Amino acid sequence: MSLNEEVELLRKIPLFAKIEPSKLKLLAFTSERLTYQGGQRLFQQGDVGDAAYIIIDGVASVRIRTDGGEIQVAELGKGDVVGEIAILCDVPRTASVEATSKLITLRITKELFFRLISEFPQISIEIMRELAARLERTNVQLREALSR
Amino acid sequence: MESTIYRFILRYSKREQVVLLAMTLISFPFLYYSLDLPKRIVNDALGAKGKTEFPVTFLGTEFHQLEYLWTLSGLFLALVFINGGFKYWINVYRGRLGELMLRRLRYELYARILRFPIPHFRRVSQGEIIPIVTQEVEPLGGFIGDSISLPAFQGGTLITILFFMFVQDPILGLAAIALSPVQAYVVPKMQRRVNALGKQRVKAVRVMSDRIGESISGVQEIHAHNLARLMLARFSAQLGVIYDIRFEIYRRKFIIKFLNNFIAQLTPFFFYAIGGYLAIKGELTLGALVAVLAAYKDLSAPWKELLSYYQRKEDARIKYEQVIDQFDLPDMMAEETQLAEPEMPQPLDGELRASNLGLVDDDGDVQFEGVSLTASPGTHLALFGPGGGGNEPLAMTIARLNHPTSGRVTVGQADLHTLPEAITGRRMAYVGPATYVFSSTIRENLLLGAMHRPTGPARDDPEVKAALENAALAANSTDDPEGPWIDAQVIGDGPDLVARLIDDLSLVELDADCYGLGLRGTIDPDGRPEIAERILSARQSFAERLADDPHLVDLVEPFSADRYNTNATVAENLLFGTPVGAAFQPEVIAAHPYVRRTLESVDLIGDLLQMGRDVASTMVELFADLPSDHEFFGQFSFISPDDLPEFQALLTRVERVGLDGVSEEDRARLLSLPFKLIPARHRLGMLDDDMQARILEARAAFARDLPEDLHASVAFFSVDAYNAAASLQDNILFGKIAYGQADSVARVGAVIGSVLDDLDLRATVIEVGLDFEVGISGAKLSAVQRQKIGIARALLRRPDIFVLNDAAATFDASAQRRLVSATLRAMEGRTVIWSTQRPDIARLFPTIAVMRGGRLVETGAPADLDREGRVFHEIAAQS
Repeated sequence: MSLNEEVELLRKIPLFAKIEPSKLKLLAFTSERLTYQGGQRLFQQGDVGDAAYIIIDGVASVRIRTDGGEIQVAELGKGDVVGEIAILCDVPRTASVEATSKLITLRITKELFFRLISEFPQISIEIMRELAARLERTNVQLREALSR
Repeated sequence: MESTIYRFILRYSKREQVVLLAMTLISFPFLYYSLDLPKRIVNDALGAKGKTEFPVTFLGTEFHQLEYLWTLSGLFLALVFINGGFKYWINVYRGRLGELMLRRLRYELYARILRFPIPHFRRVSQGEIIPIVTQEVEPLGGFIGDSISLPAFQGGTLITILFFMFVQDPILGLAAIALSPVQAYVVPKMQRRVNALGKQRVKAVRVMSDRIGESISGVQEIHAHNLARLMLARFSAQLGVIYDIRFEIYRRKFIIKFLNNFIAQLTPFFFYAIGGYLAIKGELTLGALVAVLAAYKDLSAPWKELLSYYQRKEDARIKYEQVIDQFDLPDMMAEETQLAEPEMPQPLDGELRASNLGLVDDDGDVQFEGVSLTASPGTHLALFGPGGGGNEPLAMTIARLNHPTSGRVTVGQADLHTLPEAITGRRMAYVGPATYVFSSTIRENLLLGAMHRPTGPARDDPEVKAALENAALAANSTDDPEGPWIDAQVIGDGPDLVARLIDDLSLVELDADCYGLGLRGTIDPDGRPEIAERILSARQSFAERLADDPHLVDLVEPFSADRYNTNATVAENLLFGTPVGAAFQPEVIAAHPYVRRTLESVDLIGDLLQMGRDVASTMVELFADLPSDHEFFGQFSFISPDDLPEFQALLTRVERVGLDGVSEEDRARLLSLPFKLIPARHRLGMLDDDMQARILEARAAFARDLPEDLHASVAFFSVDAYNAAASLQDNILFGKIAYGQADSVARVGAVIGSVLDDLDLRATVIEVGLDFEVGISGAKLSAVQRQKIGIARALLRRPDIFVLNDAAATFDASAQRRLVSATLRAMEGRTVIWSTQRPDIARLFPTIAVMRGGRLVETGAPADLDREGRVFHEIAAQS
């Protein structure tokens, strides 16, 4: 997949939809494209976060350690962004992410990510929207759990 | 050392000086005769006196006038040759003598530096000592050659000429020397002042070199604290001092010169006046006057030489005295102590005993006093103390690096401080807090621990033999530095030695570092064919390992002569080899005429130019808005931020006139860009299959038509040949680590490691790592690595007594503990004395001697000392 195709893909992701193509191209050019084999991990719960990942192709599972062992809490696919929380608020990785099968990602370093946010307020808004949506989802889950 | 330079000359060059003097004396009659001959020609042959009757009898033969003239002229010519020959022979002999003496002097000074008492190096700096040996003594050598023969020759010449003048006419002779007394009185007086200034100048220059040396050593502080301005001001002040002195010398020297010249010019006045008067009166022949005038012309040369000799003599005398001042120290080590070989190797396996030992430093501060301790062979003792406790200087004293001011250290019956270094330096070892690593390979730095003396004859080479014989003439060392030095009896040789080195490295945990250096290192496959062969088998195993495992297969893209490697640059794909030397380096390959011709022959230039334009416009698009100091430029851009505006302008030009229309310079700029392109990394989508196929075509043409003189500039890739220009790792990989594979470098490293282990090659790689050049003072290694080399160097010969002084302080705590334990294991049954400030290190030893305030306060096992009420416990609790 060439740079231009990556740019096309990035444009379809809500987070980046409003950024001009030349900036997306820079984002793609300066980000490493990484291929993982099934079973390899992008990162481990508890690690220090240094990058976020955009999934270009393949499926990954998000896993959290519990007392009863590790469980899968979500599945990610093409176009999903993962790992941005740890670099946004400097907390250790809250979950592990593992490639389910062959997985291709674009790795955006912390430095680049912050640069994008400071330059393009649209991205901040998108991230806020995404975080709010997640919070809402969590609240729903919490209510459901409590009402049970 | 001899107290004056004349003593030195007499002691070391008496015979040569006598030979020179004799030759000089023999030359004088010829000189005299060559002066006399012109008179004879003018007076007799030309008949200036008008009374010669031909034929004349000369040397038993009769001559007519013309024949007589030819004969005398021929004789004159012969004398010119003879005099010239004497001069040449004497000059060469003198020059050789001077060089020999200079060599001897320098060697003596260097040998003395090696015998300086160690505390002396705290008082003198490199900057002071180095210029003495390198520059200041240089004129001394020349002077020594001249010292006796030059005044004899020039003085003799002078006297010969004067004698000749007196013989011609006493009055003219008197006229010639009339002003000499004035010169003889005034000139030395003025010279004395110049000499004093010369002394000052030498000192001032030493201070200057010291300043420079200090600035180089402290360059980090200068940058970190913005001290450049202060340093420049200080340096400038010193230059000012030197300027003033030099100018004053210059001025005075020229006054002397002026005086000499003036007097020399004045003398002919007397000749013309008095001599002319006498000739007119008929009391002097015209021939004699001509001869005297000719002789006087010859007179000024030796006179000048003598005067300058006098100045040089004074210079040399002062320099020599100043050198002696610096190098004749009262408490220097005796030469025998340093160099004498004991008749029998003498182990130091007796009881080590320090009795009432004390050390007071130069400033009168007590470092430690009244220390008495004993260590039976095999003792492992920690010398523990807080900073300033005295354990450090005590350890150095036991290691013989300090001379105690009271008490003594004995091993068995022998006083340690009087034993020759041949015993202490072989049976004892010392490692301080900052080991010095010499600018050489790791291997040699380790082996230095067992290179005490030549262990065999010098190389069997006539050149080497001649060089050593020459060295003997100047009383230099006659050991062959490139001959065998490694003491096989102590540390083994051949494969055993390598195994032992590697064992030692793993002991100090330097083996992994050396393994890494080895993988990045190169070998000469002709010199080490067995290694090259085994690396080739590793290449094969590695390729098979990758090919067999679907998870690994994508990690490396192997080189293949007929496939484009998408993880390599265009330049690498074209070259299909490793550049050797400057010709095909990535930065310049695009401009190389042969590369251009090759590309033209396959009609690629146009396409590459288009690619260059596309790359340039992409770069301009991506990076134009970034500030020029942005890190992306360094990491990702093909074009540096400074060049970006130029490329912008270039692209505009291309837009206007097309690629064919722009200047050759612009084309060269564009052409250089695509060579850096790596499809798998940059993903610009510019190298389609067709383009790749054509670059492969160019690759084939490049190799096929490569001119003879460029063969050495590239080491081509070949699957079954070792590539001498590439590292071991690249030879094993024989391909490129693929971009975009997660964690690829570490995973490839692991596969290489396991392949090497399977083939039992890890030790070989470590051995290659041993040949890593460590840089100046080991600058390419970390402080910890240097320290590890120091400890491994000492351990290599398993000394009877091993003294360590905070030797692992730069290590992290757990590495320090591991190192101590490993060292103690390796030194089982031998004595170890380890000075440390860290209680956790001290606790690793069966016995701890605790120092405080320069006194030994308690000794015991850790369990005994680590209790309430003991000093060790108290100090440990504070730290």
